[in-house]
Amino acid sequence: MFTELVTKKEERSEKHQREVLLAIKNLHVWFELRRWGFSHAGYVRAVDDVSFDVHKGEAIAVVGESGCGKSSLLKAILGLHKPTSGTIEYYDKNISELNTKELKWYRSQVGYVQQDPFGALPPFMQVRRILEEPLIIGGISSVSERLDRICRMMEEVKLSPVNDFLDKFPHMLSGGQQQRVVIARAMILEPKFIVADEPVSMLDASVRVEILKLLRGLQEKHNLSVIYITHDLSTVSYFSERIFVMYAGRMVEKARVQSLLRNAGHPYTNALLAGTSDPDANNAKTFKEVPPGEPPSLVKPPEGCRFFPRCSQMIKGECDVNIPPEIEIAPAHQISCWLHKQSQSSAGIIP
Amino acid sequence: MTEEKLLRVENLILHFRTGSGVVQAVDGVNFDLGMNRAVVVLGESGCGKSSLAKAVLRLLPRNVASYTGRVFLDGKDVMPLTDDEFRQNIRWVAMSLVPQAAMNALNPVLTVGEQVSEPAMVHLGVNKKEALEMARKMFHHVGVSADFLERYPFELSGGMRQRVAIAMSLVTSPDLIILDEPTSALDVLTQANIFNVLKRLKRELGLSFILITHDIATSSELADDVAVMYAGQMVEMGDAERFFSGPLHPYSKKLMASVPRLRETKELEFITGQPPSLVRPPSGCRFAARCTMRFEKCIQEPPVFEKEERRVMCWLYQS
Amino acid sequence: MKNLKNSFNDILQYPSAIVGLFIVFLLILLAAYAMATIPYNEAIRLWRGGEEVWYQNPKFAPPVWINYFSSKKLPVSFGARSADGTISKVAKLGAQNTTTYNFTYDFPYNYDGYPQDMILYFKTSFKEKKPFVSIYLLTPDNRKIRIGDFGVARTMTFRLSQDEKLKTRLKSQTPMVALFSDPINTADPTPIKGKYQLVIDSVAFEPDSNIDVEFVFHGQVSGWAGTDHARRDLMVPLLWGAPVALAFGLIASLGTSILTMIVAAIGAFYGGWLDELIQRITEVNLVLPFLSILIMVGTFYSRSIWVILSVTILLSIFTGGIKGYRAIFLQVKESTYIEAARAYGASNMRLIFVYMIPRMIPLLIPALVTSVPSYVFLEASLAVLGLGDPVLPTWGKIINDAEGNGALYKGLYYWILEPAVLLMVTGLGFAMLGFALDRIFNPRLREM
Repeated sequence: MFTELVTKKEERSEKHQREVLLAIKNLHVWFELRRWGFSHAGYVRAVDDVSFDVHKGEAIAVVGESGCGKSSLLKAILGLHKPTSGTIEYYDKNISELNTKELKWYRSQVGYVQQDPFGALPPFMQVRRILEEPLIIGGISSVSERLDRICRMMEEVKLSPVNDFLDKFPHMLSGGQQQRVVIARAMILEPKFIVADEPVSMLDASVRVEILKLLRGLQEKHNLSVIYITHDLSTVSYFSERIFVMYAGRMVEKARVQSLLRNAGHPYTNALLAGTSDPDANNAKTFKEVPPGEPPSLVKPPEGCRFFPRCSQMIKGECDVNIPPEIEIAPAHQISCWLHKQSQSSAGIIP
Repeated sequence: MTEEKLLRVENLILHFRTGSGVVQAVDGVNFDLGMNRAVVVLGESGCGKSSLAKAVLRLLPRNVASYTGRVFLDGKDVMPLTDDEFRQNIRWVAMSLVPQAAMNALNPVLTVGEQVSEPAMVHLGVNKKEALEMARKMFHHVGVSADFLERYPFELSGGMRQRVAIAMSLVTSPDLIILDEPTSALDVLTQANIFNVLKRLKRELGLSFILITHDIATSSELADDVAVMYAGQMVEMGDAERFFSGPLHPYSKKLMASVPRLRETKELEFITGQPPSLVRPPSGCRFAARCTMRFEKCIQEPPVFEKEERRVMCWLYQS
Repeated sequence: MKNLKNSFNDILQYPSAIVGLFIVFLLILLAAYAMATIPYNEAIRLWRGGEEVWYQNPKFAPPVWINYFSSKKLPVSFGARSADGTISKVAKLGAQNTTTYNFTYDFPYNYDGYPQDMILYFKTSFKEKKPFVSIYLLTPDNRKIRIGDFGVARTMTFRLSQDEKLKTRLKSQTPMVALFSDPINTADPTPIKGKYQLVIDSVAFEPDSNIDVEFVFHGQVSGWAGTDHARRDLMVPLLWGAPVALAFGLIASLGTSILTMIVAAIGAFYGGWLDELIQRITEVNLVLPFLSILIMVGTFYSRSIWVILSVTILLSIFTGGIKGYRAIFLQVKESTYIEAARAYGASNMRLIFVYMIPRMIPLLIPALVTSVPSYVFLEASLAVLGLGDPVLPTWGKIINDAEGNGALYKGLYYWILEPAVLLMVTGLGFAMLGFALDRIFNPRLREM
């Protein structure tokens, strides 16, 4: 069932060029480190020259470990942090150039689902109020209309019977229910796309499936685009069509999910794939290949390819000096790695 | 026939007194663990698995309502020991614990070397110099460079801190280590690293492990045996090989069906409803309310049935 | 709201909280009673009043209930007057248009001490000829002591203890002692107990002449609370001290807490130069001597309680509280739900007032309650130093007066103890309540 759905989507995206909803071009998000108020001590290069597109109705996954910059990327997309350079374009409008009113409109176009369901909800507000806040801010003044939308949204996230939940405080709900409220809140302004930051990693194993299915269902129903940020590769095939792998602030591989799973090119991606376990008793008999070391500090990242200190296949003189360009090794499958300099497809190097 | 098991738990009960009633966290659990074997205790939050660890190690809070049963370590029942005897001879000497979020529980004002040597000084009575030597050896076992002995916890990454916590549990050379959610907050590669460490320790030092987790996929990295807990009871226990390929209990089946897999695309299932409260567990089979295969017999609490050395608490397996 | 109700039930679990709550409740009742029975204007009038208001009271008199605690009973003050019939007045027409007025007044005297004074206030009306009075005291052992004979002008005050002729007649410098004790045993005078009768025979020489007399007996004790140097009944300032103390304490506490929180929130939230400015102001203010500044304001500008209150609040905002709240705000600012709110477009003002400040209220309430006593004591301290509000009767003023009149040296302990005890009880009540609230709202302070 799922597999059918996924392949159908892939076919569709090949047949029709879906319009681009969000275009990110050469995005840099650097944070300045201030020392004693005046002099600066360098930059944290959280996002370094990242470019990608998200199409309407498409679900993409951004995968990376902690410290790879995905949270900063997310904040920039949400308009919570101004990019240091590069552009984020929503339907061809650069969001850094929006005035206050337009920015408010943009905020209503994007929904944010966070990782910690309990932390994401104000503990002193009841569910009704939590869901009402975006509507109040969005300028919907009629109380009855607000209540109407709240109830409809709660039905959609399957928090029913609605009256049971309206007056509850967050601590009275289970983790799964709390996350449903977070999702309802993200959707209540009828956004065009959702940014979900590890939406299920703090939930129990059996609840994760429910929430992922809910998100999938909502995405289908409303033709939403979803940026799904996670470090758990095993959920990616259930939820996204394309996957982008981030490491130390850069995107090292971009591909369609099946293409990546079958044919990953970047050593880091391969390490991630090898490191993700499926429930199989044979795992206990073997050791995993793990690249030595830790992800680099984003203040002083390595020159050239940021993965080279841990890469067993690094090319001395190349990888430690020059930043690898983005090379397309298969249709819609890009990689930033010197190992694949030769395997460019006929489409050529993407500058 | 059966070689002497390292650990045998019989009918272990741990109930807590709380403001809302008596929480029956561990309600009559039986299981055993052989030498140099690792058992994984699977279950969702609120099923009592952390309490099981505390019950085995007698790390009890003040509001205990009842604590009974028998815990045989190397054939000897340790329950009759006094608290002092237990503390001196069993806890951290024969079995130790790597608690949940151990990496955040390190004392920020002591160096990691001091913290790892502390159990040796307290339980084995060695002096500081010898204890630091032992700590150095443990660091080597867990793969942390000896340079870090004099560092403070905030100078180490999450993965390294977790390894330090493991070293702390190792320093007194116990036979059994209980790990409570050792990698839940860690990244994929760090997690793989930690499991490599655990596998190596098992192989080189002949340790046994009880691994408590809700992460079924990673648990397969270490498991020789699998035990599944639900609502304070152990509903299935058996070897890992047969469990991962074919679980018996309806709950285990549902759990396995809800695990997303990387290498195969399977339709995922989820379990409707919520686990029952441990304060007033339902009569009869506690999973019956959410079980798709329930029938009339399930209003009675099932006994544990044995099937080919696997144990299931389910009427469906009544031979 | 439901949270508050639950909290209230939690409060009842702590015995100290119940006691604290009870004390606070009593204080509020006291304040309400004071304001109801003695309205503000009346209180000011009484407090500022002089002899004409308080003449009936002795000076420096301890409260009446002291008699319960000592074997030696001290005489209680009282008064009576012919105008309202408490002194019986019998008029008899006599020859040549004269009228004799015969005044009698019985009073029991069962005390072991002697009164401070007995005063007769005469009010007469006449055209030319002054009425004439003769005053006698009839003792329980049937002696008739002649007190005095004289003509009475329109108004006249006759103080028995100061009349020279009476002193000569009784052969004693202390007429009060002489009047009430055994005339024979003058070495160790003990009062004769029993019923005394004051008799005044008076003659008016004109037909429409009239005489009225008021008899004031200044005992050693007077009233529920005693009297001060100006004969004022201390009940007035003791009662009225309650609403003043409570009002000052609560307003200062509330005002300071709320404003501190808002300033800390704004600083923490906007950061940058605004935050730095607020922190520097706070740090400078912490070093400045608080009481000294208040003394300066009081001495050079105005002692009005509203001025003092405002300056207190202003100076108290920029203190350690700001640092504490700011730290918490900085932490809360980073929380996930604030980030989410920003993502759906909440403005900064909204974030502060709707999302952050409600989080602070559990911390605010115990701090508020616990700080009330310090403001109550502050107001009292200022009054003791002589910088209290010049018109208001407050507990601090009582202590100030007492200290100015050497109360402790004279052994007039009641004068200091009564306001001191009330101040202490106020402090205790709020402190107990505040600590219990702290334990409820901050569960980490709870013991297992």
